[in-house]
Amino acid sequence: MSTAIALRGISKTYGGTTVLHGLDLEVAAGGVLALLGPNGAGKTTTIGILSTLVAPDSGTATVCGHDVVREADAVRRVISVTGQSSAVDGVLSGRQNLRMMGRLGGLGRRAARERADQLLDRFSLDAAADKRVSTYSGGMRRKLDLAISLIGTPPVVFLDEPTTGLDTRSRQSLWDEIRTLADAGTTVLLTTQYLEEADRLADRIAVLEHGAIVADGTAAELKARVGSEVLALHGASGDTVLEVPTDGTLDGLRAALAALPAGVSGSVALRSPSLDDVFLAVTGSPATPELVDQKG
Amino acid sequence: MTTLTSTPTTSAPAGVAPAPVASRLTVTGTFIARSLLHTLRTPDALIMAIALPTMLMLLFTFVFGGAIEPGGGYVDYVVPGIILLCAGFGAASTAVDVANDMTEGIIDRFRTMPIRAASVITGHVVASLVRNLVATAIVIAVAVLVGFRPTGSPLEWVAMFALVAAYILAITYLFAAIGLAASSPEAASGYGFFLMFLPYLSSAFVPVDSMPEWLQWVAENQPLTPIIETIRGLLLGTEIGNSGWLAVGWCAFILVVAVVLTRILFRAKAGRR
Repeated sequence: MSTAIALRGISKTYGGTTVLHGLDLEVAAGGVLALLGPNGAGKTTTIGILSTLVAPDSGTATVCGHDVVREADAVRRVISVTGQSSAVDGVLSGRQNLRMMGRLGGLGRRAARERADQLLDRFSLDAAADKRVSTYSGGMRRKLDLAISLIGTPPVVFLDEPTTGLDTRSRQSLWDEIRTLADAGTTVLLTTQYLEEADRLADRIAVLEHGAIVADGTAAELKARVGSEVLALHGASGDTVLEVPTDGTLDGLRAALAALPAGVSGSVALRSPSLDDVFLAVTGSPATPELVDQKG
Repeated sequence: MTTLTSTPTTSAPAGVAPAPVASRLTVTGTFIARSLLHTLRTPDALIMAIALPTMLMLLFTFVFGGAIEPGGGYVDYVVPGIILLCAGFGAASTAVDVANDMTEGIIDRFRTMPIRAASVITGHVVASLVRNLVATAIVIAVAVLVGFRPTGSPLEWVAMFALVAAYILAITYLFAAIGLAASSPEAASGYGFFLMFLPYLSSAFVPVDSMPEWLQWVAENQPLTPIIETIRGLLLGTEIGNSGWLAVGWCAFILVVAVVLTRILFRAKAGRR
């Protein structure tokens, strides 16, 4: 299988702060890789380098065999990016946005028109198609953003935290779209803070911490290190006393219960592992303090 | 949660063919269409560009005009200056448009496409030119309604519009550079305000020789005076002298400086970080 995205020894420093630290990463053509990491891990900078917006200090990065620095235009021909800040024109309508981007993406007038209608329909934006984008909700904006990225059917798509700030329903429909995209053979690199999202969308997950990959594998491999469920023991005031990863089986649960220190009391609950649990498992330290409450 | 995604079905990197690349002409045309659509969808800028100079013209003609030139006929004197004032107001919104584009995510999208992202500036500039030429025509029509009596031949009218177009182009590029240099759309609007004062320190509203001597030097040597004198000469038959060449020279000079500045600033702002 050929390689669509390759990063080798990529480093980037911003004013004395090292954001990326000799990053190595590869994504096979047609694969979906989730870059999982907390805020400040270097996810956005990685996307920036691959999408030709940021120049790396050292190392090489290629997309479909083209170097992102020396062959930026060739790279721009095969990628599309949905960044964290929405890249839509708020003054224009959704339809006008799509048509404009279609024309800029090399489609003819008619093709751009047809493709815009197609995407509006696919992303259920028909009803708001002719409304000013500045009146759209966050979820609608995100959907439009993604629709714009797909207007030219690019072989490689970068998605930087595609569902951050969305409600459950919008997230679900965006996930479906990304899945459809991946099934059609598009190579996708997405970043996320949520293990669940990485699990749902990606066939490989790379965990990024302090600008370097600390774990890389399939969701199953990663989860084998974390346990598929976490047994949480809460005290009388609702505070978490103890958390024990388990494998989700009855025996595993018994073992986890047996491992609890004698004399503790409180209520127990089972929950899905979070990004924090992954970090705990692969690095031995929690991701970042403010992320403790953020469960996927 | 435990469902594993299947391995990719397509292994060929060319499973999805890349889109064709838009020609430079298409890209520029699309950006021009975008900026014109912006104007149509936010008519405030156009209304500002027409209403403000028109009100100033009425103010000067009917309120101050009697005191400045008791015999009437001040409207003939003031219209050329009002035309430039109008162009200035209209072009100023370019600074805000450009600053808006640069601070929002959309510029990053353009930069990740195989197009010349700087064409987005060209779009704003051309839209400003169209917008301000329309505004100029409307202001002149209103002026005729309140007593402006131009005597220019058709050829002189064409020359006048050409000069006004050159001026609009030059000042719009200057505002585009201001928009690029500003850190926010609000700041862009603030900096642009300085340029608005230039017409008052010229022969637009009162003859230069009525000013104190030190100010006369400023007024006589700033770019707007020869441009206004040329428009006045073309429309009303007054003496143009060397003002014509000076006007064209100033416009060309400002345009070249502003275009170079815009390029440098765009590269600094939208280059790789």
